[in-house]
Amino acid sequence: MPTPPRPKLAVWKFASCDGCQLSVLDCEDELLALADKVEIANFREASSAVIDGPYDLSLVEGSVTTPEDERRIKEVRAQSRVLVTIGACATAGGIQGLRNFADVDEYRRVVYAHPEYIQTLATSTPIADHVPVDFELRGCPISKAQLLELISAYLGGRAPNLPNESVCIECKRRGNVCVVVAKGTPCLGPVTQAGCGAICPSFHRGCYGCFGPQGSPNVPSMLRHLHDLGMAPPAVQRVFRTFNPLAPAFKSASEAATSDEER
Amino acid sequence: MVRAEVGDRRILSRSAFPELFHALTEAGYQVIGPTVRDGAIVYDRLRSVADLPEGWTDRQGAGQYRLERRNDAALFGYTVGPASWKKFLFPARERLWTATKEEGGFSVRAEPVEGPPLAFFGMRACELAALGVTDRVFQGGPVADPGYSARRARVLRIAVQCGQSGGTCFCVSMGTGPGVRAGADLVLTEILTHGPHRFLLEVASEAGAAVVGRIPSALAAAGAEDTERAEAIVAATAASMGRTMPTEGLPELLRGNLAHPRWEDVARRCLSCTNCTMVCPTCFCSSHEEVPDLDGRTVERWRHWDSCFNLAFTELHGQSVRKSGLSRYRQWLTHKLGTWHEQFGTSGCVGCGRCITWCPVGIDLTAEVAAIRATPGAVTPKAGGKT
Repeated sequence: MPTPPRPKLAVWKFASCDGCQLSVLDCEDELLALADKVEIANFREASSAVIDGPYDLSLVEGSVTTPEDERRIKEVRAQSRVLVTIGACATAGGIQGLRNFADVDEYRRVVYAHPEYIQTLATSTPIADHVPVDFELRGCPISKAQLLELISAYLGGRAPNLPNESVCIECKRRGNVCVVVAKGTPCLGPVTQAGCGAICPSFHRGCYGCFGPQGSPNVPSMLRHLHDLGMAPPAVQRVFRTFNPLAPAFKSASEAATSDEER
Repeated sequence: MVRAEVGDRRILSRSAFPELFHALTEAGYQVIGPTVRDGAIVYDRLRSVADLPEGWTDRQGAGQYRLERRNDAALFGYTVGPASWKKFLFPARERLWTATKEEGGFSVRAEPVEGPPLAFFGMRACELAALGVTDRVFQGGPVADPGYSARRARVLRIAVQCGQSGGTCFCVSMGTGPGVRAGADLVLTEILTHGPHRFLLEVASEAGAAVVGRIPSALAAAGAEDTERAEAIVAATAASMGRTMPTEGLPELLRGNLAHPRWEDVARRCLSCTNCTMVCPTCFCSSHEEVPDLDGRTVERWRHWDSCFNLAFTELHGQSVRKSGLSRYRQWLTHKLGTWHEQFGTSGCVGCGRCITWCPVGIDLTAEVAAIRATPGAVTPKAGGKT
């Protein structure tokens, strides 16, 4: 009996650091089992051997920052049955999304010896601003366990079990002592989506919000709370403009922090 | 071994205190108790009496917890820490069973619940009450939870009557403490004054008597003055509660005020972060998930702690029933203090104060209830009752 064809997987890169693609390779133990189930057809970070599309499942890393990106993401979408963004850049603009709050021409003049060679957009935008996206994997970088859950769900034809609850619940399930209450350390855990396993608080640091906003973040209360902990408005703005500056809840938080400062 | 009787009272000196610990380990118990970790007093496995938070205390307030040094060498000179004993009976994540595809069908293997008997060393009165509540929740229905029941059957409860109250304690209001009335195997009261550092030890069950029977030479007779001293300690603690919450007519009060403006007020502060439910010793909500391997040949069923504050917790047909933070906070509080009575014949709150201390923004359920009690019948014009 002939084996049914394996679904074709493609991994694409836009403006990003490659860290999420590395998380795919980091699946070490599961990678062989994965390669058994899907045909890794186009993944240049891993292999220069490329099989033509169309693809059953495309994982897209990075944000759209150039006119070329704008054109290419439409091509990727056209060749993909299911398109999943992986990571904070693809999902919420990434660190490079900071340009959206600044003057790109000024950056270009300061950073590059020949700014005229640089072709770039004034903004860094999430993939979903350009094409329909079927699912978003959060994180900077993504969680390997969540990626495997996503692919396993895709193969099984079911919805992935990736809850949009807060980081706090992961902290408590791990038995961590809350860094906010016991030490007064500012922590974005209450407004941030779970998935990382509460890594930073497990090492006695506040959450940096790299998984973006949880399902029902209370931004105004969080802003008052950070203020009460003694964080200055510019610092508050900075924490909400780190990895997911364009996620709507975090964007509104960073803007409100600025307006507080002006007031 | 000398026979000890239920109801016996003895004095255990501080210097002989390690013998009680040894008696437990020799009897085969793994000892779990309070110890200092990461800036708090948590419950964890103890290797010896040296792991106890000797000379430490805690200062607690709404959204505030700090460890501080005491000016004595008390072993139990603090109140309750962030995590309750719940995690040892109802683990945060637990595999329930594994199913494997086989020729012509599949087989299911239930997860065995293994482990040594546990001695919960240093349970407070409110925590014994909480254990009574979770016993009803997990074992009181037509089907007892197998994992909880198997672990619960192996637990020895060594209680400590509180020698001080914390800033968020209100066990007196809830009728659960600070004196231990029932549910313990052994009851200790730490006495730091009027003589050498010592403990009044009361034998409260046959299992407790069996442990005490191992250390006859470590114990001295207790006089009437020791018993009076212990009673005075408990009375002083009862008189210094950090919070109060009158409970008269509480379920009716909450039921009659579902559209009270205070719910909007608290919803503006509530982060929906789930911390209150995670630290609560009686909150029992969980979710189950099936975790298949990539092959699709084996699937594991896991249960993990969940919370009524999660949007997805009430998701039906792709929509959450309780979309607003208001409806989720109201659900939690009205269940905990109100409808819990109908469901389990008791309040869900034991007055331990953990939800107040460990709320990052310091929401205090006693203040929320007081605000509703102050203006009963007030109604939010625009939002009335809406979820």
